[in-house]
Amino acid sequence: MNEARSQILNGIRRSLQRGELSGDARAAVEARLARPPRGPAVARAALAQPEKVALFCQWAEANNATVARVAPAEVAAEVSAYLARNNLPAEAVIAPSPQLAGYDWASQKMLSLRQGRGEGSDHVSITGAFAAIAETGTVVMASGPEHPVTLNLLPDTHIVVLRESDIVGGYEEVWERLRARYGKDCMPRTVNTITGPSRTGDIEQAMELGAHGPRRMHVLVVRE
Amino acid sequence: MESTAHDFKDNVDAALADANLQDSLAKLKVGFSERRRQAAERMPEFEALRDRARDIKNHALANLDFYLEEFERKVTALGGHVHWAPTAEDARRIIGELCQSMGARTVAKSKSMVAEEIALNEHLEALGIAPIETDLGEYIIQLRHEPPSHIIAPAVHLTKDQVADTFLEHHSKLGFTKRLTERNDLVAEARYVLRQKFLDADVGLTGANFLVAETGSSLLVTNEGNADLSNTLPRMHIVLASIEKVIPTLEDAAVLLRVLARSATGQESSAYTTLNTGPKRAGDLDGPEHYHVVILDNGRSAVLGTEMQDMLRCIRCGACMNHCPVYGAIGGHAYGWVYPGPIGAVLTPQLIGVEEAGNLPNASTFCGRCEAVCPVRIPLPNLMRHWREREFERHLQPRGVRQGLALWSFLARRPRLYRRLTALANRLLALFGRAQGRYQTLPLAGGWTRFRDFPAPPPGGTFHAQWRGRRS
Repeated sequence: MNEARSQILNGIRRSLQRGELSGDARAAVEARLARPPRGPAVARAALAQPEKVALFCQWAEANNATVARVAPAEVAAEVSAYLARNNLPAEAVIAPSPQLAGYDWASQKMLSLRQGRGEGSDHVSITGAFAAIAETGTVVMASGPEHPVTLNLLPDTHIVVLRESDIVGGYEEVWERLRARYGKDCMPRTVNTITGPSRTGDIEQAMELGAHGPRRMHVLVVRE
Repeated sequence: MESTAHDFKDNVDAALADANLQDSLAKLKVGFSERRRQAAERMPEFEALRDRARDIKNHALANLDFYLEEFERKVTALGGHVHWAPTAEDARRIIGELCQSMGARTVAKSKSMVAEEIALNEHLEALGIAPIETDLGEYIIQLRHEPPSHIIAPAVHLTKDQVADTFLEHHSKLGFTKRLTERNDLVAEARYVLRQKFLDADVGLTGANFLVAETGSSLLVTNEGNADLSNTLPRMHIVLASIEKVIPTLEDAAVLLRVLARSATGQESSAYTTLNTGPKRAGDLDGPEHYHVVILDNGRSAVLGTEMQDMLRCIRCGACMNHCPVYGAIGGHAYGWVYPGPIGAVLTPQLIGVEEAGNLPNASTFCGRCEAVCPVRIPLPNLMRHWREREFERHLQPRGVRQGLALWSFLARRPRLYRRLTALANRLLALFGRAQGRYQTLPLAGGWTRFRDFPAPPPGGTFHAQWRGRRS
């Protein structure tokens, strides 16, 4: 394996007509890694927070998600109402996160919740979100004990409970938040950025929803 | 896969005569390319982002060894493993051994062009391991035993009715005995059939759109979510990526993502963009226990530092083929190997030899649409021109073509002789055909007149003569 490794790396160096990077050249790329330069600013998402929230909702809906803006006390009732509106069973698997545990689920007598990871037989999942991106209406999920990845993928319907303050302008602000939360050298196992329900254009280039992931995504944007 | 690039001309004849293919290709012109135009218009910074995307890839290529080592360091620190594969055979062997180490019987595969390039499925099958393609398009063509015809829409050559027939043939033994007529029903049936295969798979194999050196993450962009199931449900996740996929940082990824989806399908963002970094962590309720990245060279490192280096910037969006009049007329299979369209015409001679694939860089009108839409500004017509030059230098073209070119080059370097001869030819052509304004047959031009008339020269002499007349 080491032989293969040096074969490739030396091949690259031979083609670039230099040895291993050293001196100023190495210092320059190391500095670039340590302080990543941002690309051209995207004006669309450079907004005050209330407009970012509105832009997120607009793009999420444009990408076939549905959005409800609610107060914290209304979260549990909106979940029940959404399931009823869509003729879905009043049961769901919910991510084991303290944020979600803080909502008033006990008020929903008919709603049955199971905490844990997603299974192939689950119809509905409820998760939080690490952040969301206004620029494209994208929710960002960081994996961990409080957020199993399977909840984002296996159920037919994915309900996301998103706090307004977690909505940022573009990807770059998400990266900053990830570094602040997990450290620069330790990303979570998986970061899913998800824009609307699963879809495919593989038959005659016509978009159809619900390819392998959820067919429906409902985002509760929670006022604070 | 076995190349048929040397049979390009026969492939083209077959493609032009295939009515289903022509129906499917007609949709390309109003599908992806129109949506790309609208997406680019919605983003005022799009051209600036393309410039930066080009610069980022150039920077990564100029420091490729450094970033690959940095990527490896980060993956290893988080409990993953990096394997280096100089050749396709090395990559096949490494992946086969990894699958065998898990006692794998099935592998859930997410669409990977590099896996096509190394003919991975055939290798796994020979080891008694069943590869299951999970991208809907790849799944359809796997059932039909066909190669992909497009790098992001592998089944773009098929009509809905062909898909319906294929599903009926293969799914009826699973109890699906009704021939479906609606696209959403076809999607739902595939989802149901593949869901169980995901849950049963021992290994998940994906490609990578980018490898991020800063964090040791592999970055995957899909719309279906199949790559995410492949990297979450099985006990082992294997990432197969070629060396030029490495980029420095997450900020660089943000720039590239902004041009990738818009160029590919005209979406603001694909549905799933996922960063995977190492195996399952302590306390995680799901995710693979084992995480391996196989980094493939397969001739790419030798392209660095040459006039062909720009091809390594490619981020595999497919815009060049969506906008190519040649691809639009013949589809992807005619190109005869894994990568079709303009980028295929440039990559294929590099990867399997100009002797085999010399026809491909010649199948271009140099109209330049591919370069005009390329998100990383690869000068595709120029690269095709380089291949034509190399082909000429290596005496690979037919004798008639070589002699014709030699004669033309002799004349082009002698302007007075050139003007006299063209004036004479002009008069002769005028003498024999100006009455009708066209010729139905012409000596030495049978290749042209077999399919269409040759226009007679207009009155007023050659272009040179008219130009002189106008200036004086």
